[in-house]
Amino acid sequence: MDVLLDNLDLYGPGFLNTVELFLISAVGSLVLGTILAMLRVAPVPVMRAMGTAYVTIVRNTPLTLVFFFFALAFPALGIVTADTFGGSAADFFYTAALFALTLYTAAFVCEVVRAGINTVPVGQAEASRALGLTFGQMLGSVVLPQATRAVVPPMMSTMIALLKNTTIAAGFSVFQAGAISANLAERGENQLIGLLWVAVFFVVLVIPMTLLQRSLEKRWSIAR
Amino acid sequence: MSSVLFDVPGPRARLRHRLYAVIGTLVLVAAIGFVIYRFAESGQFEGRKWSWLEYKNIQLTLIDALLNTLKAFGLGAVFALLFGAIFAAGQLSDHKVVRVPSMVVVELFRAVPLVVLIFVFHYGVSLGSPLYSVVLGLTLYNGSVLAEVFRAGVLSLPRGQREAAYAVGMRKTQVMRHVLLPQAVRAMLPAIISQLVVLLKDTALGFLITYDELLDFARDIGSQFQFGRPLVPVTIVVAAVYISMCLLLTWLATYLEKRSRRDKKVVVLEKNPAEDVVAAAV
Repeated sequence: MDVLLDNLDLYGPGFLNTVELFLISAVGSLVLGTILAMLRVAPVPVMRAMGTAYVTIVRNTPLTLVFFFFALAFPALGIVTADTFGGSAADFFYTAALFALTLYTAAFVCEVVRAGINTVPVGQAEASRALGLTFGQMLGSVVLPQATRAVVPPMMSTMIALLKNTTIAAGFSVFQAGAISANLAERGENQLIGLLWVAVFFVVLVIPMTLLQRSLEKRWSIAR
Repeated sequence: MSSVLFDVPGPRARLRHRLYAVIGTLVLVAAIGFVIYRFAESGQFEGRKWSWLEYKNIQLTLIDALLNTLKAFGLGAVFALLFGAIFAAGQLSDHKVVRVPSMVVVELFRAVPLVVLIFVFHYGVSLGSPLYSVVLGLTLYNGSVLAEVFRAGVLSLPRGQREAAYAVGMRKTQVMRHVLLPQAVRAMLPAIISQLVVLLKDTALGFLITYDELLDFARDIGSQFQFGRPLVPVTIVVAAVYISMCLLLTWLATYLEKRSRRDKKVVVLEKNPAEDVVAAAV
C-alpha cells in the first residue's frame, strides 16, 4: 500500500494517461474499423480488396512491431519533423502510440462488425424490401438492431484487448500505467510491488467489463 | 457474394458501382504512389540501406533471431495448451473447491496485460533469462484464454452426447476423456490455432525485455550507421517474416477446418462457438 500512496504522483498521471490513450484510440478504431467493414462488404471489388488487404496484413503483424514502426522507423520517412507535435519527444511518442493502437485495433473492429452484419439472415433484409421499407428504414429498424446484439459482446472483448494493449506503449517511451515500474525503479522502490499495483488497476478495470459483457451475452442470446 | 444490405444492382446502380471502382482505384494508386514517393525521397531505396541483407553474418543473426522467436513460440504454445486443458477441466469440475479457484486464476490472468505479466516476471521477481519471463507470461495469458476456448467447446456440444455416455455407464472422467474432449478439441480447432497465432505475435513482446528475437534484431541492424540506419527496410523484412508465419498458421487452421467438415465423426454445431472466442482473443 505504501508504494502506491508514496508514489501517487506517478500512479495518478500514469493511470489517467492509460485511460486517455484507451478512450481516444477506442473512438478512432471504432470509426476506422466501421469504415473498413463497409469497404469489406461493398459491392465494388476494388474496395473489398483494399479492406481485405488491410485486415490481413495488420491482423498478422504483432502490435509491438506496429509500435516499432511508428516510434522508430516512421520518422526516417521524413513525413513528420521534430516539431510537428509541439516539439517534445514525449508528444511525438504519444501520437505514435495513438496511431499504432488505432490502426491495429481497427482491423479487429472491422472483423467484428462484418461478422455482426453477416449474422443477420439475408431473408430479413429481403422481407423488409418486400414490405417496401426504404434502405434507411431497413437498416435502422430491421438489420442494425439485430446486428448490434451480435456485435456488442465481441466488440467489448476487442475494447478490453485494446485497454490491455495500451501497456505496450510503455516500451516505447509513452508514460502510462505500464511505465510506472521503470520510474519506481529509479526511485529505488520495490518494482514487484509497483507492478502488482498496476496489475490490480487492470483487474479492477477489466473484470467489471467482462462481467457486463457476459450478462449482455446471456440476455441477448435468449432473445434470439 | 450474397450481401444482406444490397439488392442485385440495376443498370444505374451498376454504373454507380463502376464509378466507385474508378475512384477506389485512384485512391489506392495515389496512396501507393505517395508511399513510393516518400520512400524514394527519404532514400529508402538506396542500395546502402539494403546491403545488410548480403552479409552472411547478418543473415545468420537473422536466422538466430527467428529461431529464438520460434523457440519462445514453441515452448509457450505447448505450456499454454497444457495450462488451458488443466484449467478448463478445473472450471468444468463438479466440485466447488476446484471450480472456483480455477475460474479465479483464469479470470485474473486474462485481465492482466501480458506486458505487465512479463515485466513482473522479469523486473519484479527477476527470473534471469528473458526467455523464461516471456514463456511464463505467454503460458499464463494464452493458457487462460485457451482454457476458456476449451470450456466453450465442451459446453457447446449437444447435451445428448453427455447423457448417452452416462447412460452406457461411463464414469465422469471417462465421459470427459473419451466423449467430450475429443469432440470439443475438433470443434474448437480453428479457435485454438487462432489463439496460437496470437501467441506467435505476442512473442514480439520479448523485445521489451531485451530477449534477442526478431524485433530486437530489427533494432540492432536498424541503428547501424554503416548501413545508413536502415530502420524502414529492416522493419519491412521483419514484418514480412511475421506475416508469412502467421498466414501459414492461419492457412493450417482453414485446412484443418475444411478437412474436419468432411469428417463425419465431427458433430456439426448449429452455431460455431469458435467465432465468439476468436473475436475475443486479440
